[in-house]
Amino acid sequence: MVSENAIAWYHFSSPKNFYPLAGRLIPWFWGLAVILLVVGLYMSFFVAPTDYKQGESYRIIFVHVPAAWMSMFIYLVMAAYAIIGLTWKLRMAEMMASALAPTGAMFTFLALWTGAFWGKPTWGAYWVWDARLTSELILLFLYIGYMSLQSAIDDPRRAARASALLAIVGVINLPVIYWSVKWWNTLHQGASVSPTMAPKMASIMITTMLVMTFAFWMYTIAVVLMRARRVILERERQTSWVMEMVNADPQAEMKK
Amino acid sequence: MSDFFAMGGHGFFIWMSFGVTALFMVIEVIAVKRSRQTVLKQLLRLARADLRKAQS
Amino acid sequence: MNQSSLSGMWRAMVSRDLTLAMRRRADVLTTLFFFIIVVSLFPLGVSPEMELLRSIAPGVIWVAALLASMLSLGRLFSDDFQDGTLEQMLLLPQPLSVLVLAKVFAHWLVSGLPLVLLSPLLGMQLGLDSDGIVLMMVTLLLGTPVLSLIGAVGAALTLGVRGGGVLVSLLVLPLYIPVLIFGTGAVDAATSGMDYEGHLSLLGAFLVLSVVLTPLGTAAALRISVE
Repeated sequence: MVSENAIAWYHFSSPKNFYPLAGRLIPWFWGLAVILLVVGLYMSFFVAPTDYKQGESYRIIFVHVPAAWMSMFIYLVMAAYAIIGLTWKLRMAEMMASALAPTGAMFTFLALWTGAFWGKPTWGAYWVWDARLTSELILLFLYIGYMSLQSAIDDPRRAARASALLAIVGVINLPVIYWSVKWWNTLHQGASVSPTMAPKMASIMITTMLVMTFAFWMYTIAVVLMRARRVILERERQTSWVMEMVNADPQAEMKK
Repeated sequence: MSDFFAMGGHGFFIWMSFGVTALFMVIEVIAVKRSRQTVLKQLLRLARADLRKAQS
Repeated sequence: MNQSSLSGMWRAMVSRDLTLAMRRRADVLTTLFFFIIVVSLFPLGVSPEMELLRSIAPGVIWVAALLASMLSLGRLFSDDFQDGTLEQMLLLPQPLSVLVLAKVFAHWLVSGLPLVLLSPLLGMQLGLDSDGIVLMMVTLLLGTPVLSLIGAVGAALTLGVRGGGVLVSLLVLPLYIPVLIFGTGAVDAATSGMDYEGHLSLLGAFLVLSVVLTPLGTAAALRISVE
């Protein structure tokens, strides 16, 4: 069983076999993402009750918190792929890492954006130097550094490996940065943001946040697989299997 | 219905958050699809050029 | 490859890089003047009021030091990369990370240490008291080597890349944040009469960790860039 699994992993770690597999999986993840999003949005607006302190504006946490969680989670997954890619020289893992970065950066930006629109009615300002928002901002800088390094290097092989190393350096530094910012924030007695909720409401709110997080997660997998397929086409354009596939049925490939 | 969109006076903040999130997600999907098609078009052009070279 | 050849190599590498740096003294002075000018702009931009300047002095000096140490990073490996010395270094029997450490040390001696020595002057300009000035020097002494060490990873990754100078700041500045926070925190604590030993031990811990870890990262980055 173990060896069968190992063979399967080895099989799909080659871009040639990964490409069609990803194509088959994408619709399933889209389906899951749409179902979870519909359920999550319904719960966000109709099931979760109004907060007695913050009124309706607290509903923003149903996108803010999942986006923030995803932004951190995607960075960790990206670094994991980077480590796998560098240690075993697996091209597919390198490509997955670079396919993850734009989506991670997008969720980081959305966490900041929704945090600002939650902050205005809650603390009266769009931006405060709160520990979590500041860390999220630094995470955005890390994503931007990763993507700029990748696009600045012309040789795709070197670009992938250099940015993978940068992701690893970033993930080692991330806890240090996070705790420094947290300490800095308590020292200066800045605003501390914790979504305080009444205990009886907490459970339905947490369930809603989890549903929305799973929806974002499935969305991420779907869109990252799509982007990984594009990266494969770009980087494997010289190989015969890509040429054969394109020539075999150009119109069908276009539509997908 | 308008009560729902007003969100107890916080409608602006809520719809700016949910709306922009939805917008970004839709734009990202479209952008990824488009870029894949551009790459495919390039590949097709390359393939046709090769074919012509082989014929001549 | 015994112990003596390794330390001999180390010393040779440091003295070589120092000699090269001394031949281009103008570069060292440029960084130094940049540091002075950036700090001197703050009173003009903010206000000449000493009370206000004193409260922002640690942050201003530290941010200026971050930017100044950023400026000189481009030179760390680029000359050796262009004339092929770097490729020779990769082939040496000695571990690359040790050679990298020697290069970073030499680089710090000409780019970081001058900032430390100059900081009392700027501290006085901004109205820091003597305790604050001493602590400013101590934190810079502990912190600037960390900046050079982390910066070396960025410099190695962007070797020979177009627009590398701006790019390296994008990669490295976010990683400097913990040093900035605890560097300024220690001076703030000292000027307000609080305990600052915790800050200093944390800065020391950052230094030890980056001495151990970053040369490995830099060596890996150099191999990726030169290959």
